[in-house]
Amino acid sequence: MKKFIKFLGASAITLSLGMTSALAAEELFIYNWTDYTSPDLIKKFEKETGISVTLDTFDSNETLLAKLKSGATGYDIVVPSHNFVEIFIKEGLLQEINASKLAGYENIADDFKNSFWDTGNKYTIPWMQGATSFTIDTDVYKGDIHTFDILLNPPKELQGKVGMFKSASDVISIAQIALGIPFCSEDPAEMTKVLELLKQQKTHVKIYSSDGILERLTSGDVAVHQNWSGYSIRAREKKASLAYSFPKEGVPSFADNIAVPKGAKNYDNAIKFIEFMMQPENAALQSNFAGYANGIKGSDKFFNDAMKNSPEVNPPAGTKFKFVEACSEKAIKLETKVWETLLQ
Amino acid sequence: MKLIKDILNRYKGVLPASLSIGIFMLIPILIIVVYSFMIPNPNGGVRTGFSLASYQKLFYDYDLFDNLVFNAGYLKIIFRSLWISIISVVASLLVGFPVAYYIAMQNTERRNLLILLITIPFWTNLLIRTYSWILVLRDTGLINSTLMSLGIIDEPITLLYTEGAIVLGLVYTYVPFMILPIYASLERLDIRLIEACRDLYSTKWDALRYVVFPLAKPGIIAGSILVFIPSIGAFIAPELLGGGKNLMLGSLVQLQFSSGRNWPFGSALAVVIMSVVLIALLIQAYNARKNGSEIVH
Amino acid sequence: MSNINTLDKDIKVPKHRDIRSLPGFSWFSLGFFIYLYLPLFILVIFSFNSSISATVWESFSVAWYFKAFANDDIQRAAKNSMIIAVFATLFATIFATMAALAIGRSKKIKYKSVFTGVIILPLMIPEIVTAVATLTFFSAIGLSLGLGNIIIAHTVFCIPFAYMPIRARLQGMDEGLEVAAQDLYANKSDTLRLITLPLLAPGIFSGAMLAFIISIDDFIITLMVAEAGANTLPIYIYGIVRKGITPEINAVSTILLIISIIFVTLSYWIGKKR
Repeated sequence: MKKFIKFLGASAITLSLGMTSALAAEELFIYNWTDYTSPDLIKKFEKETGISVTLDTFDSNETLLAKLKSGATGYDIVVPSHNFVEIFIKEGLLQEINASKLAGYENIADDFKNSFWDTGNKYTIPWMQGATSFTIDTDVYKGDIHTFDILLNPPKELQGKVGMFKSASDVISIAQIALGIPFCSEDPAEMTKVLELLKQQKTHVKIYSSDGILERLTSGDVAVHQNWSGYSIRAREKKASLAYSFPKEGVPSFADNIAVPKGAKNYDNAIKFIEFMMQPENAALQSNFAGYANGIKGSDKFFNDAMKNSPEVNPPAGTKFKFVEACSEKAIKLETKVWETLLQ
Repeated sequence: MKLIKDILNRYKGVLPASLSIGIFMLIPILIIVVYSFMIPNPNGGVRTGFSLASYQKLFYDYDLFDNLVFNAGYLKIIFRSLWISIISVVASLLVGFPVAYYIAMQNTERRNLLILLITIPFWTNLLIRTYSWILVLRDTGLINSTLMSLGIIDEPITLLYTEGAIVLGLVYTYVPFMILPIYASLERLDIRLIEACRDLYSTKWDALRYVVFPLAKPGIIAGSILVFIPSIGAFIAPELLGGGKNLMLGSLVQLQFSSGRNWPFGSALAVVIMSVVLIALLIQAYNARKNGSEIVH
Repeated sequence: MSNINTLDKDIKVPKHRDIRSLPGFSWFSLGFFIYLYLPLFILVIFSFNSSISATVWESFSVAWYFKAFANDDIQRAAKNSMIIAVFATLFATIFATMAALAIGRSKKIKYKSVFTGVIILPLMIPEIVTAVATLTFFSAIGLSLGLGNIIIAHTVFCIPFAYMPIRARLQGMDEGLEVAAQDLYANKSDTLRLITLPLLAPGIFSGAMLAFIISIDDFIITLMVAEAGANTLPIYIYGIVRKGITPEINAVSTILLIISIIFVTLSYWIGKKR
């Protein structure tokens, strides 16, 4: 028995040592959102640089935040959303990359050189950008789809067939746009209006969930669902009657960014990856996979036909994109309160 | 030195388990208890300082206008979770006991086979199994389409995204935790006891009640505890099958540690869950003592 | 135990006297197994679907199996899950058996209820709390062992799952046999080896099974504790659920299911031979 336990202990140690010794070769550990990294892109990077890439995935900015705050995670590249970049910087979790001094910086679109979350790209470069409005089945609803009204005050044919994200900020920001209230409102009266509107909408909502959206839309379980623009492409490819809405009130948008966490073991390789991603051809490769636009000038030349012609990537002229900000402590408290009251 | 050696020798059986749990569980839990009395950090985590605000928040909370008012919202969520967990325990027992009894009454060969049959599904990921239930329950799912094609119903019945669906999912997930302990205590049941009973002209059901049931009791208690506890903090079944429209405790705690960014309140909720469980265990221990039977431990 | 069964088999019991069957229990059990296997059945069927949908049937195809075999991420995740589950189960079951024997049989140990309390403690904590607490603790002490971190976390919360059935089994075991063995001059370790452990085996077996299931299925704790390169199958699958399950996942699950059935049948067969 004792011998057996010793054997187990020994093999466990060998196992964990084996894991560490494997780190000796040229490596890069990427931590990105689920189903968000083009396999072809990784293969191309590995082939060009000889660096072996390990990709892990997370499901929310909060998970990423919790992980990075805990310290020793071993990642070299992380991909936070724009409204979290500020938090990550403030918490001292990111390492400076000074992208303006790197090869290929001239390819970055001007909007992203002067973004409000990282002016001058000291810590980040853009990864993908898209919208979080909604996908709707035009077989079920025949009217004008480019308004939040049909999502928040669903007409008869959509009642009970509405799906929303399970995320306080994503749901509330839609109500805020529809009501003409600024994001991250700290005004209780305004947030009361938001709560009233969402409560009223809840009677028609079938499910609050950010998972399995594609399945619900294509099976007809719901007729309208809050959705990311990139996933809407996939939904439409399976069911042609599904269309993506760019509400005239304004489209809530996100931009995800590449950053290097503090304590990254393979900093040089991370920089190589960042320079790699600033090449239009490579950015396009990633866009073709995920169905989102990127922030690299000239990459559209390398888009495949599906991307070039997709209505989800080419919104109607005059569409207003609104980037959610990083909210203050007070605004987050109000937001959480609204969300909890809505779901209690 | 000799004393230490003596203690080590005496407790060597329980040490590996107690130490690993003591270090990797007890200390983290103490951290959580300490957190529940601290002040939330706006970006997650905690700030130093002492505060009872997290516990006050369970009953009295600031509304949107910053007035401190009585708030039944969290209590509602706590009672909803308790209710659903208790229903799940009862349902698991009703489902699990006959099955465990049936298995225990087979010959050795069939018994082992049936026990293995019970464990096999659990090699498949919980998320996927729960997901499969969506395919069965939803409006366009197996049950509704079968009933409709048979002409029994015209409109699909709402099965998915209900509390019933949550219970179904919880029972599906945790019923082996009920069956295995009951089976373990019934398996050694001496059939001659029941035969003796029958010889004395008791009915089958009386034999079940007065002979089988008392013998199965340790297993039933262990099983109920094993089902109740994960149910009360459950996360996946309420989210996927319940439609996420009404929060349960598990989701509420998760919310505090994620987008709510109120770790102290999340910790306080965790302390509440631990207390509920502790109370349940104490009631069970008290009853067991009163009845003079042996306690689980 | 087995002698009772052989005894039973030999005696013909009149049907109305047969106490082993209660009316309806066998049908009920049949219904239960259908309930248990229905989702799996659907899962396996759709792994052979030619379309990308895991819900709408098109035609028969094994393409998803080739795709799953070619998917490095899935293979890495599955390998990690297996390693973690095997080690966590071994440690947890050994610790739990030792503890159950000590608490159940040793006369020297005081404060037994305290130790029992400690051992079942991991059950009392909701997973999300354990996850955050463990992560905070690991980072505070700077523990960084790769898969080792997850193995430790899993071992800890698998111990009570392994412990409960073993303890329940031990509780119902007649101590007389062990006492008799010692009366017949068997030493302690012989008694343990030849009497106690064999009698305890069904409990240990169900304990180990429970521990394994718990470990291989765990999501939240693993997600929090996992370090770079230590993704497990549940984490991978959770990500896939987000975009909707494809038959590729069904294929992986079916493969896992087949492996488990082979493994389980093998252990059943070996057990029978002995």
